[in-house]
Amino acid sequence: MMDGMHDVWLPAGPQAATLFQLWIAMLVVCVLVFVGVMAALAIALRRAPRATAATPPDLAVLTRGEPRLHRLIGGAVALSGVLLIGLLVASFLTDRAIAQLPLVDAVRIDLIAHQWWWEARYEPGDPARVFATANELHVPVGRPVLLTLRADDVIHSFWVPNLHGKKDLIPGRESTFAFRADRKGVYRGQCTEFCGYQHAHMGLFVIADEPGDYARWEAAQRLPARAPRSDEERRGFELTTGSTCGMCHTIVGTSAQGQRAPDLTHLAARSTLAAGTVPNTAVTLKAWVANPQAIKPGVNMPAHAFADGDLAAISAYLGSLQ
Amino acid sequence: MCSHYLDCAAVACALLMLAACEREKRDFNPPPAGASVGASADVAKMLDHYERNASALAAGKRLWTWYNCNGCHANGGGGSGPPLMDDVWIYGGDAMTIYRTISEGRPNGMPAFRGRVPEDQLWQLTAYVRSLSGLAPMDAVTNRDDAFLTRPPEAMLDQPDPERARPSAGSGQR
Repeated sequence: MMDGMHDVWLPAGPQAATLFQLWIAMLVVCVLVFVGVMAALAIALRRAPRATAATPPDLAVLTRGEPRLHRLIGGAVALSGVLLIGLLVASFLTDRAIAQLPLVDAVRIDLIAHQWWWEARYEPGDPARVFATANELHVPVGRPVLLTLRADDVIHSFWVPNLHGKKDLIPGRESTFAFRADRKGVYRGQCTEFCGYQHAHMGLFVIADEPGDYARWEAAQRLPARAPRSDEERRGFELTTGSTCGMCHTIVGTSAQGQRAPDLTHLAARSTLAAGTVPNTAVTLKAWVANPQAIKPGVNMPAHAFADGDLAAISAYLGSLQ
Repeated sequence: MCSHYLDCAAVACALLMLAACEREKRDFNPPPAGASVGASADVAKMLDHYERNASALAAGKRLWTWYNCNGCHANGGGGSGPPLMDDVWIYGGDAMTIYRTISEGRPNGMPAFRGRVPEDQLWQLTAYVRSLSGLAPMDAVTNRDDAFLTRPPEAMLDQPDPERARPSAGSGQR
């Protein structure tokens, strides 16, 4: 199965890098303060006792102050204030920096979170160029990406740690989210707001391609589904379009036009099924169509009582949708 | 003595609440699509499984828009298809008739969804359609909506006379 990076320590974009710097600054300051406090505590504990049980209480402090101690504590409080304000300023500057990503020539994608998968619609503003895919976002290296985030049912949260921080997707509320990938690679994302039974199986992949590769992928995605070639694929095509599949799934260029489940037009070009739950192979595809509940209990797709030969044909057809 | 009665009352309440467990029972392994149980379905069992079950009614409500029932019947008020929130039934408002209407279709535009919609979803839709006019139990119907609602919520409808779930006179062809 595709195994993407999922690591804040390896930022692959300008925003993740800025966030990482802030994270390092906070870590360093907090470690230094922690070490300082622990050192002060150790010194206090190890100091030789100045009194025994028999010593009368020292009430000198009532008449005479302790200027040295006052200076020390005052200094420590002032230092804490300065450090906290420093971190506040650093956090403010980081927020500013990540909000100022230039969006010239941005790739526009509508990202809609569903229980429990991600729907992506590329170039939603242009009906002639729009196409849909699911759970795998291809983006060109070096070009900004502007996501419009929406949720279909409950609150979800989008997080690809190598590229940016988190942002919630809230039903009824549209928000935008910009990022840029500067290094080629596969970055794993995950829903990070508990969204129901299969929240843990709601992954996605951001695949940063060289601009040429991205243009080829984009052009291929915009084509309608490949026509079936062999007899088995043709049988699979008839079963797929003639049964329940098309009520929820779209396969562009066929009668399957449902809008409720992942677009299957180029299913075989994706490397996983069910939002990163299982690898996309002929065996898992067959098992998934036969009984999705066995793989991802609670998922909205029902089981199907196809005969074994029919399942193989459906799997062959879907597996041919490059 | 007093606390003894209180204990008894608490136990009785807890037992009463157990009765509500079935209300939200969710079936993760429904019969697969294409398995035919509709023809011989025991309507009483269907009522237990779907109409008195909150999660089945909520699922039916989602399928209502997912499968574009609202394309013709709107939010129940009707459009190019007849309204379903009133007490007028062209073919009858009992579960089996509604099930047949959805699965086999009806003249003048209602498509047949048999083979397109899995069996248990057909029953979920049937249960939801009945809840639109208040024929499903008030303690199980959905009372939550994502979209702005143009009709009273299901849980606030008057419970009609079950006698009225029969074909209405004079409504024959529409």
